[in-house]
Amino acid sequence: MTGERAIIEVEQLSKVFGVLPALQRLDFSVARGEFVLLLGANGSGKSTLLRLLSGLSKPSAGTVRIGGWELPREAMELRAQIGLVAHRPLLYENLTARENLAFFGRLYGIERTECETRSRDLLRQVGLLRRADTLVRSFSRGMKQRLSIARAVLHQPDLLLLDEPYSGLDQRAAESLDALLATAWQEGRTIILSTHQLERLPQTAGRALILSRGRVAYDGAVEEDEMIPIYQAASA
Amino acid sequence: MVQELESRSMPRLLRALTILTALGFAGTLYLGLFAAGTDIQQGEVQRLFYIHMPSFFGAFTAFGLTVVGGIMALARGSEKWDKIALAGVEVGLAFALINLLTGAIWARPIWNTWWTWDPRLTSAAVMCLTYAAYLMLRAGIDDTARRRSFMSVYGIFAFVTVLITLFIIRIVPETIHPVIVGASPQNAQGSFEATSGVIIALVPSLLLWLTIMPITLMWHRYRLEDRLESLNRLKLKALSD
Amino acid sequence: MKTAYIETVLAIASKDLRVELRSRELLSMTAIFALLSILVFSFALELDRTAREEAVSGVLWVTLIFASLLGLNRSLAQEYDQGNLDALLLAPVSRSAIFVGKLAGNALFTGLVGFLLLPLMTALYGMNMLDGRLILTTLTGIFGFCAIGTLLATMTVQTRAREALLPIAMLPIALPFLLTAVRATKGILTGASEWQVWFQLLLGITVIYLVLCLLLYKYVVEE
Repeated sequence: MTGERAIIEVEQLSKVFGVLPALQRLDFSVARGEFVLLLGANGSGKSTLLRLLSGLSKPSAGTVRIGGWELPREAMELRAQIGLVAHRPLLYENLTARENLAFFGRLYGIERTECETRSRDLLRQVGLLRRADTLVRSFSRGMKQRLSIARAVLHQPDLLLLDEPYSGLDQRAAESLDALLATAWQEGRTIILSTHQLERLPQTAGRALILSRGRVAYDGAVEEDEMIPIYQAASA
Repeated sequence: MVQELESRSMPRLLRALTILTALGFAGTLYLGLFAAGTDIQQGEVQRLFYIHMPSFFGAFTAFGLTVVGGIMALARGSEKWDKIALAGVEVGLAFALINLLTGAIWARPIWNTWWTWDPRLTSAAVMCLTYAAYLMLRAGIDDTARRRSFMSVYGIFAFVTVLITLFIIRIVPETIHPVIVGASPQNAQGSFEATSGVIIALVPSLLLWLTIMPITLMWHRYRLEDRLESLNRLKLKALSD
Repeated sequence: MKTAYIETVLAIASKDLRVELRSRELLSMTAIFALLSILVFSFALELDRTAREEAVSGVLWVTLIFASLLGLNRSLAQEYDQGNLDALLLAPVSRSAIFVGKLAGNALFTGLVGFLLLPLMTALYGMNMLDGRLILTTLTGIFGFCAIGTLLATMTVQTRAREALLPIAMLPIALPFLLTAVRATKGILTGASEWQVWFQLLLGITVIYLVLCLLLYKYVVEE
């Protein structure tokens, strides 16, 4: 009975751009509450997979089921349960942090006072409460990243997807990201995080998927001794 | 792999259509140039009409098929219909240019000018520019899936300019462009009567340009696009091996 | 579901309004462009009174359409450049609601420029353009070509040569609006009763284009 336990079920998933295959017949599933690392060199298909899982892009073949909803047919129902932190912060530069959250709260149909309370809590959590009323334009990369995480979890999604969240962050910002992710995971969210930096892996992750040229090259526990040779072979 | 390119010989139906188009074109040229009588007022130049009007309707068919291709490409997400839509634009644009060119040559002796900013002439020119814009827009998009949906949408909107060109005489009455079938506008200059000789030359030509000719040309263009695509696929494969 | 739709439209439109009130970039840019255009035309058309009367409706609409092109490019580039279009698409909202929200903002800004132009042209061209019918026609026309413009700008900002492509893609498609709006304006200014026919045509075209845009918008934003 996978439907109960699994939040993501991917079967024979392929994505082709023109004549270029980006993903080739992927098969995997992710159980509720897992923290999965998605590893692979640039161009291995990580971003493509995350875009597919978030419903931003349609599969060329195969099926994606998330929480029982099938993509792309039931994308509308599915969107409410997903939060995505992409390469770019997906924030409005000319709005303040608080206004950004209020805007996305409205799109997700969160009631106004509820949204204000949640925004305040989240801004405190990501350490931006004091800057809540400054324009996002003046934020550093790390601050935007943190706000972007607050945006992604504002509607309390079951599934949190992060695409290369460590890139461009300094040591301190990366550590505070780790702490945020640990909190989100402890709250019961399923997390999928993509990265190409093996030296900088979050400690809480329990499982790793290595993608190589659009295929799964490794699927198992986070065991650096086992993963590193496969990763290096995959990126060669 | 190379056989994949070579083995796709022309389907029998397409071969038949091609021959039919060639024969039909020769036949209608004969009817227009020799069988139909010379117009008393306008002289030999009036014979251009047997290409001028049919070529517009050929463009109409081709652009119409672009709309069909667009709708199907959006509904099915298929590459095939997108290629049909593209073929429609290119063939239609060629026909529309023939239409403008023959019109200009005819207008020189009859209206005493190559070109005038008459409503119908203007809208026909805008129609050509719209489809030229289609090709430019298409060239600016690299991602094939995105290109397919954008161009399908644009192809549907672009057809509005075709309809305007067709109906503008009813909307803006002060055109000088004559109408041969039905009543001409008051100001029309250069009308001639649709005598039985005119009809004998016009009807076959109109049927040819309206149906077999655009479809045959589009089919050839479609096959060319198909081959280009397999060639690209082969190139990519050769590079990655 | 219905209230969620309206809520999305309002959220997007008021977000654009807030950003605009803060920076005033878009409005000041389009307004200055429109002013310049009117002035340039008034110098270029130093003709006798009747010739100017003939030309004035054309001047109004050409100016409005070019001003809206500027605004549309910016409005949609702002969504696309920071990847915000993705953020909108991630939300569980109807795609056509996103379209209507963007359209509302664009039509509002271009409409304001239109309101600015009418009294100005009244002064510069010496004819009364502050007529209820003319204001109605102006707003309808602006709404119509902002609708098609919002759809096309969403496409062109995703292409390589985008600033150049929007006018090329939009002008021919917007021609029906230009044609009917110019005729209606001319009818109103010269007191001809035929303006009603042109206005009805303009209204009809606006409705048809709007329906097409609502149906097709999802195809230009979704991958």
